[in-house]
Amino acid sequence: MLWRVVLPLVLPVVLVAAWWAATADSTDFFWPPLSDILGTFPDTWFSGRFTADVLPSLVRLGAGYLLALVLGVGLGVAIGSSRPLRALLEPVLEFFRAIPAPVLVPILMLFAGIGNGMKVLVIISGCLWPVLLNTVEGVRGLDEVLRDTARCYRMRRGSRLVHLVLRGASPQIAAGARQALSIGIILMVISEMFAASNGVGFTIIQFQRSFSIPQMWSGIILLGLIGIALSAAFQAVESWALRWYTGLRRSQREGQR
Amino acid sequence: MTAAAPLGRRRSLPAWALGLAGLAALMAVVEIAPRAGLVNERFLPPFSRMISSLADQAGTSGFWGALLETLRGWALGLAIAMAAGVALGLVIGAVPLLRSATAGAIEFLRPIPSVALIPLAVLLYGTQMRATLLLVVYASFWQVLVQVLYGVRDVDPVARETARSYRFRPLTRVRTVLWPTALPYVMTGFRLGAAVALILEITGELVIGSPGLGRQIAVAQTSGAVAAMYALVIVVGVMGVAVNTAARATERRVLRWHPSVRGEVPA
Repeated sequence: MLWRVVLPLVLPVVLVAAWWAATADSTDFFWPPLSDILGTFPDTWFSGRFTADVLPSLVRLGAGYLLALVLGVGLGVAIGSSRPLRALLEPVLEFFRAIPAPVLVPILMLFAGIGNGMKVLVIISGCLWPVLLNTVEGVRGLDEVLRDTARCYRMRRGSRLVHLVLRGASPQIAAGARQALSIGIILMVISEMFAASNGVGFTIIQFQRSFSIPQMWSGIILLGLIGIALSAAFQAVESWALRWYTGLRRSQREGQR
Repeated sequence: MTAAAPLGRRRSLPAWALGLAGLAALMAVVEIAPRAGLVNERFLPPFSRMISSLADQAGTSGFWGALLETLRGWALGLAIAMAAGVALGLVIGAVPLLRSATAGAIEFLRPIPSVALIPLAVLLYGTQMRATLLLVVYASFWQVLVQVLYGVRDVDPVARETARSYRFRPLTRVRTVLWPTALPYVMTGFRLGAAVALILEITGELVIGSPGLGRQIAVAQTSGAVAAMYALVIVVGVMGVAVNTAARATERRVLRWHPSVRGEVPA
C-alpha cells in the first residue's frame, strides 16, 4: 500500500534531483541553479503577490470555468435531447471547437475591453466547447432501456432530468470538464499575457521582459504547481461524483470474467 | 421508436442538409446583426465584409507565406512529438520497472500547463519559429505519450507469454505483440496531438510573434483591421476542422484491419 503511494513520486523526485544536479553550479544566465530559483520563490510570490496576482487569476479562472460548466451542460442537454437541433448545430459547433481558443482573445478584447470581464469571457468561450460537445454525446448515448423505463414510470420532467439524463451523461460530462480545466488554465495565462495589470501570466511576462530570470523560473514552477493542484482537486471531485460509475464498471468487468 | 413515430411526422430533412442550414443561419446572423445595428460594426463587421477581406488577403503572398509557416511548424512539431512519444512509450512499455514507476508519475507531471513555457521559449529563441516549436512539441508530446502508455499496458497477457515461450527476440516482440496492440492508442494520440499542436502553434504565433497566421491575427488586431482579423480567425477555424477531419481519416485508414474500425462498417 505504501509502495503504491510512493512509487508515482519516484520519477518526479528523480527529475527534480537531476535538474538540481545539472544546474548546481551553472553560470548560464538563462539556466540559474535550481537552489537560486527556489530561494527566490517565497520572496517572489508570498510577499503580497499572492493576494495581488495569484488570487485574482484563480478567481477569474474559477468564475469562467464554473459558468462554462453550467452553460455547457445546460445547452448540451437541450441540444443532445433533440435530434433535429443536433443535426442543425453540429457543423457550427465543430467549427467553434476547432478555433484555437486563444485566438478569441483579440476578438473579445473588442467587445469587453481588457478588464476582468474580458478574461472571464475568454475562459468561458474556451471551456464551453469541450463541456458542451461531451454533454451532447453523453445525452445522446443514454441507455434506451433506461429512457423508456423512465417514460413508463411517468417520471416527472425534473426528476427525469436529474436522475436519468444528467446522471447518465455524467461520465462524459466529467471527461469534457477535465479537458476544459486544462484549457481554462491556458486561457487564464494567455489572457493575462495579452493585456492585464495583474495576474500570474502578467507577472511572469514582466519578469521575462526585465530579465529577472530566477523569478521567471519561479513563476513557471508556480504555474506547474497550480496545474497539478487543480487537476488533483478535479480528480477528487470526479471520483466522488462518479463513485457509482466506477463501482458499476468494476462490477461489470468482474462479472464478465 | 419503430413504425408508429415516422407516420405522423412529415419526412424530416437529412442530417447534412440541416447542418448546412445551421451554417447558413450562422452566416446570416453575422451578416444581419451588424447591419441592423444590433452590434457595433466596429466590433463585428458583416460577414460579407469578412469574406471580401479574406479574398483581398488571398491575393497577397504574405497570407500564403503565413499559412505555410503555420502548417510547417504544426507538422514539424507533431512529427517530433510523435517520434519521441512513441519511442519513449515503447521503451517504457517494454521494461516492467519503468512501467510501474511512470504509471502515476506521468499523470502527476502532465497537468503542468504548456503556456508556462512561453517566457522560457521567448528567452531562448526570441521570436523565431523554434520558440513556438518548443511549445508545440511539449504539448502534443504528452498527448501521444499518455496514449502509447495506455496502449502498452493493454497487451494481452496470453500473447505476451506466448511470445516469450517461443523466445521471440525483443525487436520481434515489439513488432508483433506490442506494436499492433498499441497502434489504436497511438492513433488516438496522433488525433489528439494533431489538434493540440495546431492550438499551440497558433497560440505561440499570437503571443510570441513567431511567423504564421497567429502573428497575422495579432498584427491585424493592433492595426485595427477588424474584418481582416475575423477573416483570419475563420481561416484558422477551417484549418482546425480540416486537421480534425484528416486525423480521423488517417486513423481509420491505418486501423482498417482493426476490429473497432471494421465493426463500424454497416453490414
